[in-house]
Amino acid sequence: MPFASWLSKAATILICKSQDHPPARSNPLAPPPARSNPPPGPHPHAAWIEDQLLAFIVSRILQAIPVVLVVGLIAYAMFAFVGDPVTIMLGTDYTEAQRVALVKQLGLDQPFFVQYAKFMWAALHGEFGISYRLARPVTDLLAERMPATLELAATASVFALLVGVPMGVYTGIHRTAASRLFMVFSLVGVSLPTFLIGILLILVFSVWLQVLPSFGRGDVVRFSHWSTGFLTVGGLKALVLPAVTLGLFQMTLIMRLVRSEMLEALRSDYVKFARARGLGPRAINFGHALRNTLVPVVTIAGLQIGGIVAFSIVTETVFQWPGMGLLFVQSVQVADVPVMAAYLVMISVLFVGINLVVDLLYYAVDPRLRVAR
Amino acid sequence: MSAAAPRAPGALARWWDSDLAYSFRRSPVAVAAALMLLVILFGAALAPWVAPHNPLDLASLNLMDSRIPPVWDAEGQSSFPLGTDDQGRDILSGILYGVRISLVIGVGAVLFAVVVGIAAGLLAGYAGGAVDAVLMRIADIQLTFPAILIALLVDGVVTAALPQEMHERLKVQVLIFSIGISFWPQFARTVRGSTLVERGREYVMAARVIGLSSGRIMLTHILPNVLGPVFVIGTLTLGLAIVTEATLSFLGVGLPPSSPSVGTLIRIGNDFLFSGEWWMTIFPGLALVLLVLSINLLGDWLRDALNPKLR
Repeated sequence: MPFASWLSKAATILICKSQDHPPARSNPLAPPPARSNPPPGPHPHAAWIEDQLLAFIVSRILQAIPVVLVVGLIAYAMFAFVGDPVTIMLGTDYTEAQRVALVKQLGLDQPFFVQYAKFMWAALHGEFGISYRLARPVTDLLAERMPATLELAATASVFALLVGVPMGVYTGIHRTAASRLFMVFSLVGVSLPTFLIGILLILVFSVWLQVLPSFGRGDVVRFSHWSTGFLTVGGLKALVLPAVTLGLFQMTLIMRLVRSEMLEALRSDYVKFARARGLGPRAINFGHALRNTLVPVVTIAGLQIGGIVAFSIVTETVFQWPGMGLLFVQSVQVADVPVMAAYLVMISVLFVGINLVVDLLYYAVDPRLRVAR
Repeated sequence: MSAAAPRAPGALARWWDSDLAYSFRRSPVAVAAALMLLVILFGAALAPWVAPHNPLDLASLNLMDSRIPPVWDAEGQSSFPLGTDDQGRDILSGILYGVRISLVIGVGAVLFAVVVGIAAGLLAGYAGGAVDAVLMRIADIQLTFPAILIALLVDGVVTAALPQEMHERLKVQVLIFSIGISFWPQFARTVRGSTLVERGREYVMAARVIGLSSGRIMLTHILPNVLGPVFVIGTLTLGLAIVTEATLSFLGVGLPPSSPSVGTLIRIGNDFLFSGEWWMTIFPGLALVLLVLSINLLGDWLRDALNPKLR
């Protein structure tokens, strides 16, 4: 298994890296020694860790399979209960023989679970049928719109992390007017619905100031399967408002999380001890406190990627962003089941994948998890 | 202080002396949020009497009144304090009626989620074994997805499965169902956790020893002891449920313009943002934010007040 071995090697590197904590010293009151790099060569427990990690990954993947199967079942059940594809495809003028032939051709005369298995098999090969609304293969529709959604989600996540973490650290350390202002701001950010943030931003920056576009992706550069807005000024400008709208909720969430974790860490014994050792505030705040807030932050930030993709439905509708979320909303409005089913299955695979990666990162960041297993 | 013999305090006085009421009086934020919420609640509940116009009465609309700006604008009219929309409907009246619908759906959805969640949580925690594993597995799978996605999907499927002529009539019920179903796992998991703790307590054992049925133990003995966190999560979920309903209506799969909720009003107003008629969007949006903010602030306060660690 070349892939698995590569993955576990990558994780081992991550693990070894996260272990260059200040080494334990016999005399805690002695001045801290110069920070030494870990000895070169493989980690002493590398082989053991690799086995553990492999078992962990395999068990997580085994847990993920039923989730995807159940979601696929729900997606398929939509076909069974919502609308009748035969009448949709035949129109109004048809004979009974034509109907029976089509039913047979579509395999609708077979038992439910046989049909379900066929659906999952086709889905595994990326085939989700043809959109009722647009009369085009669903896979093509999704592939066309995926770059827009992914670029938007990625920009929003980077924005949320780059602004949220420093703000959280600042409000955690300082008790100033600015920090109280940030907290009020974050409370408003949590209470403001996503679509309202988008509307307000459009009103201020597009209608009143007229500096940023309010809909579409601007100019995009097309490669064979990918269209990007990162390479043109118009594309980047068009990205600003949607990305801020989408990332704002995540940003306030990360900020509040980092703040509360920082407060907790700064009260803990090891920080008091670090202070007693005479470490400077910089080393305490960032080397000790922030470092230990990273586990929950990684988890939440990772899990929030799923939230970002889901909320991109709303953001894309506000900004008429030509992504998968807009396609999904338009499909829900007219009950375009193939698109809904495909989106659902794809999102579930994405979410399960994200959860898996988050678990692995968790494993890499928190050494206690490795010992416990 | 009167010299009269102390009387047994009434229910109101006892409540006034309780820890919860004390911490409420001491928190200016909670008092302000409660006052704001009360104003909104009264406005919504008494909408037919308070609102200057009836936005649902199509006969009273006059297209001559359309697109009037708020009263402080030079072109504003005192009979339409917050202006009118493109159909000549009064924005303030629309908001009062809209908040009413939003609240009905929000409260209905939370109650639905609470009932389903408590039932599933009690059952999973008390029965354990396979029941527990199956229920919590379902909850876990659902929690992987954001609530808005579930609500959107359930709404789409249920609406499509219903016959066309029932869509408008049953929309409120469909929304309550789809939003409620997307929030039950939080309640189920909390109740299950507390039930696991309570199950091992002496009073439950005693109840079992005197031969009470499992259903009776769950409902009359365990349930009252696991309700505390449910109140907190319920309050915070109410804010989320109202936002979810507004979002669905904004996306065009919620309430139709004929019986607009706040989200529908924002959706209608959004089309006129670029022609400069900002009041059609901003005022309903402001109402939504104030409503959700006051509920969230009260929820935050309740969580802190009920958490003995923070006392």
